[in-house]
Amino acid sequence: MIAVQSSFESLTILIAEDSAADRMLLSSIVRRQGHAVLTAANGAEAVQAFEQQRPQLVLMDAMMPVMDGFEAARQIKALAGETLVPIIFLTSLTESEALARCLEAGGDDFLAKPYNQVILAAKIKAMDRLRRLQATVLEQRDQIARHHDYLLNEQRVAKAVFDKVAHSGCLSAPNIRYLQSPYALFNGDLLLAAFTPAGDMHVLLGDFTGHGLPAAVGAMPLAEVFYGMTAKGYGLSETLREMNSKLKRILPVDMFCCATLLCLSFQRRSVEVWNGGMPDGYLHSIASGTRTPLTARHLPLGVLSPQTFDDRTQVFPMAVGDRVFLLSDGVIDTCDANDQLFGIERLERVFAANQQPDALFEEIEQALRDFRGEARDDVSMVEISLVEAAQLSPPAPVYSDSGQSCPLDWSVSFEFRAATLKRFNPLPYLLQLLLEVHGLRAQSGALYSVLAELYSNALEHGVLGLDSSLKRDASGFARYYQERNARLDALQDGYVRVNLQVSPKGEGGSLTIQVEDSGKGFDVAQVMDRPLDGVRLSGRGVSLIRQLSREARWSDDGRSACVEFYWEALA
Amino acid sequence: MSVVTEVSQNGQKLTISIKGRFDFAKHQEFRESYENLQPKPESFEVNLRDATYLDSSALGMLLLLRDHAGGENAEIRLTHANADVRKILAISNFEQIFDVA
Repeated sequence: MIAVQSSFESLTILIAEDSAADRMLLSSIVRRQGHAVLTAANGAEAVQAFEQQRPQLVLMDAMMPVMDGFEAARQIKALAGETLVPIIFLTSLTESEALARCLEAGGDDFLAKPYNQVILAAKIKAMDRLRRLQATVLEQRDQIARHHDYLLNEQRVAKAVFDKVAHSGCLSAPNIRYLQSPYALFNGDLLLAAFTPAGDMHVLLGDFTGHGLPAAVGAMPLAEVFYGMTAKGYGLSETLREMNSKLKRILPVDMFCCATLLCLSFQRRSVEVWNGGMPDGYLHSIASGTRTPLTARHLPLGVLSPQTFDDRTQVFPMAVGDRVFLLSDGVIDTCDANDQLFGIERLERVFAANQQPDALFEEIEQALRDFRGEARDDVSMVEISLVEAAQLSPPAPVYSDSGQSCPLDWSVSFEFRAATLKRFNPLPYLLQLLLEVHGLRAQSGALYSVLAELYSNALEHGVLGLDSSLKRDASGFARYYQERNARLDALQDGYVRVNLQVSPKGEGGSLTIQVEDSGKGFDVAQVMDRPLDGVRLSGRGVSLIRQLSREARWSDDGRSACVEFYWEALA
Repeated sequence: MSVVTEVSQNGQKLTISIKGRFDFAKHQEFRESYENLQPKPESFEVNLRDATYLDSSALGMLLLLRDHAGGENAEIRLTHANADVRKILAISNFEQIFDVA
């Protein structure tokens, strides 16, 4: 019984037939086949019966008084809407034109009089199959629509959560322009920017493999590492290492993140770049009009083990007004109708035709639209300009502690030796330690900048013996950093000593930073004679230190630097 | 078949040839082409002669194969890639971990 029930469903069938005899005959045949029957003697009655009782199938005589079958079929189909109510025309008509009219009026099939019971049963069964198929399709369509709404809502919520995590970003800084679809996150595109304690700007443009949720989940930990480490003063290398090992640990083998990471230093007028698997970025020098490609030299993040990961960066000088332009592969991979890629050559033609640097974004978008006919939603672009440091206002860090346990009278000394100098950046730790002193927090930017300059001077000019005059021009600049990496790799001995001394003075206090190195020293008098400018590429460190701190002295032939900071009573 | 495999006579080398777009649609076929081979081949060749395009999920699939073949000790050659495919391999720097010939 159960098997029969599942393959046979009793239907309610409307029979519209003006001949009472035919109607009775047909009714009894259909009833015998196990269906419930409704009857109508003309088209108008049929429409009315349909409206009131919604039968699942209609057997309709074509020729009837009051309203014929064609009109009744049209009206019933209109009332049924999306639901399939099969209509089988009962007809003694034989000319093909009349039969075609039955179908045109919305009929699904016809049955010639006199009735053959076997064929009638088979047609009802076939129509029932169609009816159920249609019902299933509609149900699935509605289900898909519901799931889609649900998914969109989930994406909205996920995006809102993500925006909270990424809230500390500085994408709204006046020197950043960017273009990104609001749902870029779900295309795997990620754009982050934040200030370091020294007022440098870190920018990351990333592109996770794949689409949708899998592409979005990796973004959260990546953003956390980026913001956390940038705020603490870590450099690109350490941040990259941490990002890579975190992604390697949490992502499945076939997922990774192509990324370009930048550090723009407004004080040193330079940009440090690491590109793993992203399309070329461009450094646009406004004065010369040249565009230097920032080419991918590394595998994407999350591919290599921490041991084999390569965090080497490149450094380029920049002048005020110069721009760095980064883009996602959505730009280059945009296809036209013939599956042709937009490609780098077309992009470079847009660059070449560009007159107004500020219009570049619009021109690229226009070129993509012209090429493809519509815009894609996975196109991400960002442009960062080098501006005077004073034009930017990095947000003041927020501290939550009360200051009751602030340490006011202490000193500490470190000696960092060769093996440590190679791979460890002590600055974030030193800065965190110093910012326990509340009086220093107001000048944390200057403090970090000075500490960073003292440390890199001691390391690069002292321990590594690099000549800063190399950095006079752009090519020397690149050579300088190549040489720095090579010498650091080969470093066997040497040290940088840091001594910090905090003493209370009345209501305020002072900090003395002393940094010594194992290098050859330099001609202090000559360097101190130079004017305090900020324009030359070389030797900016010393000049910066003198501008930012209250007092700066060099002794022991330049091997020892001593800098002081003061603070007054806290309000 | 858009993913064709061929095992060398001694069973030590597996050649996987990709036809058409190498993207997520080939995920299943690509994995099946190497996953259940006994004995496990010692070296692998992915022949890209007829691959017209390669996207980032294909790069992910190559990483899966690399993992399967022994990770950093894997011996995998990517051969006969056309200029477009080569460009993608170059941008992603996959040349550093795959032997691109």
